[in-house]
Amino acid sequence: MRRTSRSVLPGFGLSLGITCTYLSLMVLLPLATVFTRSADLSWADFWGTISNPRVVASYRVTFGASFVAALVNTVFGLLVAWVLVRYRFPGRRIVDAMVDLPFALPTAVAGIALTTLYTPNGWVGQYLEPFGIKVSYTWLGITVALVFIGLPFVVRTVQPVLDDLEVEVEEAAASLGARRSQTFLRVVLPTVAPALLTGFALAFARAIGEYGSVVFISGNMPMKTEIVPLLIITKLEQYDYAGATAVALVMLLVSFVLLLTINLLQWAARRRVEA
Amino acid sequence: MATVAVPRPATTAPRAITRATGESPAVRWTLTAIALAFLAFTLVLPLVLVFHEALSKGIEAYLAAIREPDALSAAKLTLLIASIAVPINLVFGISAAWCIAKFEFRGKNLLITLIDLPFAVSPVISGMIFVLLFGMHGWFGGWLFDHDVKIIFAVPGMVLATTFITSPFIARELIPLMQEQGTEEEEAAIVLGAGGWQTFWRVTLPNIKWGLLYGLILCNARAMGEFGAVSVVSGHIRGETNTLPLHVEILYNEYAFAASFAVASVLTLLAFVTLALKTLVEWQQRRAEAEDTEDVPPAERIAA
Repeated sequence: MRRTSRSVLPGFGLSLGITCTYLSLMVLLPLATVFTRSADLSWADFWGTISNPRVVASYRVTFGASFVAALVNTVFGLLVAWVLVRYRFPGRRIVDAMVDLPFALPTAVAGIALTTLYTPNGWVGQYLEPFGIKVSYTWLGITVALVFIGLPFVVRTVQPVLDDLEVEVEEAAASLGARRSQTFLRVVLPTVAPALLTGFALAFARAIGEYGSVVFISGNMPMKTEIVPLLIITKLEQYDYAGATAVALVMLLVSFVLLLTINLLQWAARRRVEA
Repeated sequence: MATVAVPRPATTAPRAITRATGESPAVRWTLTAIALAFLAFTLVLPLVLVFHEALSKGIEAYLAAIREPDALSAAKLTLLIASIAVPINLVFGISAAWCIAKFEFRGKNLLITLIDLPFAVSPVISGMIFVLLFGMHGWFGGWLFDHDVKIIFAVPGMVLATTFITSPFIARELIPLMQEQGTEEEEAAIVLGAGGWQTFWRVTLPNIKWGLLYGLILCNARAMGEFGAVSVVSGHIRGETNTLPLHVEILYNEYAFAASFAVASVLTLLAFVTLALKTLVEWQQRRAEAEDTEDVPPAERIAA
């Protein structure tokens, strides 16, 4: 890493030095353990661990619930962002600030609150019970918790794009005879689509790793409502370090691919704006 | 920005224009109502429940639950961990933003991606990696055992895991801000004879103060509220390696619901303070930006 152009500003060596040293010791070295530890396993053992039925069931729970939650967030996130940007109503600023609550509220608090709300005699659960809908300790409960956690990601990604949307474009569509619904579907939606997709990916990425808010509401039944992060903890508690790292490696790779996709999406969106 | 329509001469039919780029009042109110109902259901209801449950056994039980020695030691540990993790990440964040925003070098994008990495890692894995490093069977486990140093299932491990999780917050906030501000002001200061540190304190810091504060607030909220990563490395020893979020879990699992929600309500208040400070900083930032763009008419500045 050599500077390609000279600068009069001092502190390049010092700041880059601190940054690289810190990242190496605090982030890269610890993360490397996941790779070296899994390398201790033979390929057959590794494959056996990550394709074990209980592990596969936990992927299904984690990825399934995360996907559904991210979809719900995409729909409602767009709606909330739209209402916050386009309409004026009393208390709008407070509502806008409240959207970030899931970022600020410790996940354990969200977890116990949601669980208590949705148990069969809880505030919400009692109205669902007569219909035979169980939320706490089921797959549905996991999704509810993940919706809570993921909402701000979609709203905060879509909001600035809606804010920047030129009114003229919509006026042009309208003056050319488009109905309001047509303008929305053909003009507004394609413009916010990249941001919406990024928001979806961010919410999904957060959801697959989420632990604190889910562990209370999920009931943690192996094969049914056991999420991957919990399975990793269970393996660690049984001192099955190799097994825990093998599953963690799968999750890390999925997360890295998602991170890469999100960066590419944002890069593409930025190019579009600049073009 | 009201109803999005641009002000027009009154001679053209105003109603037709508003309708062209906005929705009819019925649609508008329906959409607003659905959005608000959704937010009330997902965000507000859980909050109301926290305080309702916390006070369900009366104010005395509430106060007793948060004054109990285990709760107090958990609060102390939470503050201790945040007071170590946040300053470390402050130094890291400023260093990273300085070299990335003020200089050109190869591998910059890779560096930015690496800074973001902890955000992509599950909290549970973030705790696990430190067990793999310093745990009994970890890389340094044997050496640490021989020298009687305890990191895992002790406070140092919890500090490490929290520092890892919260490391991107400040850097991430400062990098785009400082990139946008460029290097001209600092260069002018240096050319006029100011030293490096002088330039940083007198020129850079005043420019980035709101962004820095914003990053600090978010970093602190996460450091105090982190659950998964800390849970893996803590060992759950009451009065010793228990933070407030872990204490909430222990009480809840012991069916001490009122006490659990009492402690949770303290963390909820912390979340409120975080949100309030964050909003305040956002307004300040917007005002500072507006002052920079004096040529924009005031009406549009408010709308922006």
